[in-house]
Amino acid sequence: MNLLIDIVIPIVKILIIAHMLIIGVMAMIWSERRVSGWIQDRIGPNRVGPQGLLQPIADGIKFLFKEDLIPNHVDKPLYVLAPAMLLVPAMITVAVVPFGSSIELFGETINLQIADINIGVLYILAITSLGVYGVVIGAWASNNKYSLLGGLRSSAQMISYELTLGLSIIGVLMLSESLSLRDIAIAQGEGVWNCFIHLPAFLAFTTAMYAETNRLPFDLAEAEQELVAGYHTEYSSMKFAMFFMAEYMNMIVGSAVTVTLFLGGWHFFGLENIGGEGSLLAGLMSFAIFFVKTGIFLFVFIWVRWTLPRFRYDQLMNFGWKFLLPVALTSIVVTGTLWIVTNQSLLWIAIGNVVAAFIVISIVAGIFMVDNNKKVTVDNSVGTPLSGLDAIE
Amino acid sequence: MSVEHILFFIFGGVSLIGAVSVITFRHPIYSALALIVTFFSQAGLFVLLGAHFVAAVQVIVYAGAIMVLFLFVIMLLNLGTLSLKGALSGKLKGFAIILGILLAIEGVYIAVTTLDNTDTALASSQVAADTTYSISELGELLFTDYLLPFEVTSIILLAALIGVIVLVKRGNQTEN
Amino acid sequence: MLSIEYYLILSALLFTIGVIGVLIRRNAIIIFMCIELMLNAANLAFVAISKNLGQAEGQLFVFFVMAVAAAEVAIGLAIIVSVFKHRETINVDEINSLKG
Repeated sequence: MNLLIDIVIPIVKILIIAHMLIIGVMAMIWSERRVSGWIQDRIGPNRVGPQGLLQPIADGIKFLFKEDLIPNHVDKPLYVLAPAMLLVPAMITVAVVPFGSSIELFGETINLQIADINIGVLYILAITSLGVYGVVIGAWASNNKYSLLGGLRSSAQMISYELTLGLSIIGVLMLSESLSLRDIAIAQGEGVWNCFIHLPAFLAFTTAMYAETNRLPFDLAEAEQELVAGYHTEYSSMKFAMFFMAEYMNMIVGSAVTVTLFLGGWHFFGLENIGGEGSLLAGLMSFAIFFVKTGIFLFVFIWVRWTLPRFRYDQLMNFGWKFLLPVALTSIVVTGTLWIVTNQSLLWIAIGNVVAAFIVISIVAGIFMVDNNKKVTVDNSVGTPLSGLDAIE
Repeated sequence: MSVEHILFFIFGGVSLIGAVSVITFRHPIYSALALIVTFFSQAGLFVLLGAHFVAAVQVIVYAGAIMVLFLFVIMLLNLGTLSLKGALSGKLKGFAIILGILLAIEGVYIAVTTLDNTDTALASSQVAADTTYSISELGELLFTDYLLPFEVTSIILLAALIGVIVLVKRGNQTEN
Repeated sequence: MLSIEYYLILSALLFTIGVIGVLIRRNAIIIFMCIELMLNAANLAFVAISKNLGQAEGQLFVFFVMAVAAAEVAIGLAIIVSVFKHRETINVDEINSLKG
């Protein structure tokens, strides 16, 4: 009986979470189109079902029944493999994200999380860094110059922003003294949400997350005006849909991770303990809180996409290496120093982080402006500042 | 056959197949992908050995950073068509494989016999051998007893950083 | 617990495959990958012995090896790229003159 519970409960959890992800993707596709319509003062899809809610299903059916086209000039095995290489990392990241507190069922405490491993944060970083393969391999296998350019751009971009992604959460890890996402969330429930203590790191992490998911303003990998559709130019039907799904899944998982690391996880000022700790109601409540927080964060994703224009490639690299990376590095130093100096005062760490980030950004911006003024005269004679891509020509 | 045995043979087998594929695939991209598979199964072996942190770092550093650089360079140089002919040098191939097999026999022999001698000494420490090290324990060791090697490593990385910049800069100047 | 010999034998085999790869392949990038394979085989032996002896040092050495490998890859690939720019080939048999 016990063994049965040990096996059945994880399977049930996996099934629920996996289906929530897929349904979440459909919900995201619908809401992206509706929200973009709203932002641009038009209606958006509203014909299939009430408020156009069934539009994603119609889209999915269309993708499934389209001809599965494999162009002649592609590298067939890798061309077929690439969408899966992008989709699988997007799906398995979610395994360590805690979706709520715990509930008591059948006399057992069940954590609302698929697996609570002690290196959870590292697991997420490791799996995130694998997402780049799908893009690179797909781009190369397509045997198309636009795809290749998109793939090169995105691999450089993802490697650059991964550093920021990893460094900006070290302050959080230092203060919560654990790499388990559940422990980090619980620590925030007992204390202050990490986004208040590590505000610059939070902003750097969020920005890096946008870059990792290849969303506007960082979607240079598939810049329509320059590269047709970037790395998935040659893809159609269900394979294209898999790229598409992976992007939205990355968004959902990224939002969930951000909520867990910085926005307090399933905690909301005691609301998660309604009806007693560990009860079914409290468990469902914590799940609902997590769901709403992730939803709000996803809305910000869409909002940013339809508000900001795309970066130029050198701007993207400058921003990643010269602004975000120093901010993330300073936040580590400041957090560590102030933790010792001010005798573990969170208030001082919060203030110190903001002040230090402000100073660093001012210094970098100052250097940058001086540097830029010199460059303008040189630029006209020498040409584009895109050094990384020169070698292809 | 315990679960550990089965997992070992799966991961070990996959890493061996991957390693052989690295040197037999004709195309560099396929070799790189096979190497990624090998690194992954090695991360699995590290988990089996209780070294969770090493496994995570293995995936982050090797699979996440180093191999992306490899793929990047292969794509950048577009080596596909160039390297197809003359990928294996025929005259020395047989000789190299014989030497390799000898080396393998030697390595396996050493691995088996050395441990036979020390097995009794190790048996006493078998209890301690089942412990896994947490990140804080590893970090403490790294920043106290092994601080000097750690700092030297950082200097190596810095030197590599500067070296790459110099190499790339000089290449660009000669071109212009 | 699985006997350590399994891991050491696997490590020896992986190392040998790396050596054979360096000997028979003429493509500089593949030779480079084989060197990575050999370093990884050494890492596997480090971790296995670390567990067998109950000491954490073995795992630390793995980090040092990884850091050196990362530095080596960055430099090595930069060299390969600049060699390719000069000579249009990365076949190590054809890169045989000291003066570029």
